[in-house]
Amino acid sequence: MERNDKMKTVYLDNNATTSIKPEVVEAMMPYLTDIWGNASSVFYEVGQKAEAELIKLRESVAKNIGAKNANEIYFTSSGCEADNWAIKGYAFANKRKGNHIITTKIEHHAILGTCEFLEKHGFNVTYLDVDEAGIVTPEAVEAAITDDTILISVMMANNEIGTIEPIKEIAEVAKKHKIAFHTDAVQAIGHVRVDVTDLGVDMLSISAHKFHGPKGVGMLYIKNGTRIDNLIHGGGQERGKRAATENLAGIAGLAKALDIAVSDIDKNMAHMQKMRDRLINGIRERIDYIKLNGPTDERRLCNNVNFSYEFVEGEAILMRLNMKGICASSGSACASGSLDPSHVLLAIGVPHEIAHGSIRFSVSEDTTEEEVDYVLETMPKIIDGLRAMSPMFEAFEEGKLESFTKKV
Amino acid sequence: MYSEKVMDHFENPRNVGKLEDANAVGEVGNATCGDIMKIYMKIENGIIEDVSFKTFGCGAAIATSSMATELVKGKTVEEALQLTNKAVMEALDGLPPAKVHCSVLAEQAIHAALKDYSEKTGIDLGLPESVHEFDCASFHKSMNEENKK
Repeated sequence: MERNDKMKTVYLDNNATTSIKPEVVEAMMPYLTDIWGNASSVFYEVGQKAEAELIKLRESVAKNIGAKNANEIYFTSSGCEADNWAIKGYAFANKRKGNHIITTKIEHHAILGTCEFLEKHGFNVTYLDVDEAGIVTPEAVEAAITDDTILISVMMANNEIGTIEPIKEIAEVAKKHKIAFHTDAVQAIGHVRVDVTDLGVDMLSISAHKFHGPKGVGMLYIKNGTRIDNLIHGGGQERGKRAATENLAGIAGLAKALDIAVSDIDKNMAHMQKMRDRLINGIRERIDYIKLNGPTDERRLCNNVNFSYEFVEGEAILMRLNMKGICASSGSACASGSLDPSHVLLAIGVPHEIAHGSIRFSVSEDTTEEEVDYVLETMPKIIDGLRAMSPMFEAFEEGKLESFTKKV
Repeated sequence: MYSEKVMDHFENPRNVGKLEDANAVGEVGNATCGDIMKIYMKIENGIIEDVSFKTFGCGAAIATSSMATELVKGKTVEEALQLTNKAVMEALDGLPPAKVHCSVLAEQAIHAALKDYSEKTGIDLGLPESVHEFDCASFHKSMNEENKK
């Protein structure tokens, strides 16, 4: 890539991953050095020390997500594992009660891929439609319930278009029908207040690297009384529910990052929202023929900006942004290496043509006004440049092609 | 992911824009699949005196269009007809497997422009009845199957 090495990197892909905070690294270090014991080897001090630390960390995580008991916290290797475990583990453990699962068309692939797998193993899955903002209504969930429904899974916040779903209301529907409810809260932590008791969910997945923790560690909250099979069999770790020697350093990183995310949430949300709106308004002022994907109100994640730019393709935009030191992501088919553009954009009714031209910027608490202004200065030049070489834009200017978005 | 040559042609595409005095134009691809290539040619006495392109598509689509125009510029129409996607790829020092179709599209865009020339002038270039239209859906499907192996 043709890049000036001295160029500053403007990282606006925080829905993909976040930088690890120095305090988090510091919190992990003791577990990579002094406290290296196996938390299950409790007959000597080295192991006891690790076990004692693990208990403290689990309690801290439980407190920060509003769980009543620390024993409802199960550490995993990722958000993806937590999602796989919740869906497969619950489905297989409860298949005598029924074989129907309800989820949505805009879930992360960790959920969709798992549901598709279960369909090959005798389960029926309903993938609910969403409205043009990406919202799933409690009414739609209720209408999909059958006598065979055993599990409902709806994400708390969408990673691509930032839609915050009405989880509490959907959880009430599930409870009313005595159906288990799981939510993938991977994008929510640090951006939305997450309290499992208040939400009334039975299971909830999180991933540390989405809120400035390390990669390779996640958590599944499983409310006591929820029957679930193991995904990983073996030893007796995690109350016998998830084998593998505990990744104490990773867990410490998750716990510390969560602690910071929860205690700073008001301040961070206000800042991210300010940066998000500066980007949204600035792009709208400077670029024509664009569409903001996702909600335009308080149901939008405080850090997510997703626009489709007509007549241009997302991967080309990403590459041009990279030439200017800006990191973002795209829902175009080319950027994902598949036939179709983002399933989320298609689900909210964005036509293929303009789904290919979508770019997501996701800010963090570290994003500065200066960085946002640099993007606002750069982006119009990139779009103009690519449109100048686009045969679609030429056809549009000659009146042979209509704009989907009109002039905003 | 991309070779230096691909990046060079993406960052500094050659022969971009509409050729106002073009006497042959070819367009292939569709927006649904995410790639459209349009080639403009000015052909005099059987020689491609000038050529340009406009492309809607990814980095590889832009780079292959740029390279394809470079490869046919100044050539006779007969020589340009011999252009293959393989030649475009080789000139770019290769493409990732998922992007090979961009070079196929570039070859077809060149052929589509030559077909337009043949139709307008009545000069028989020995082109097949219809220039094979690239079917991106089936191509992607076969790529996905290939990837699963």
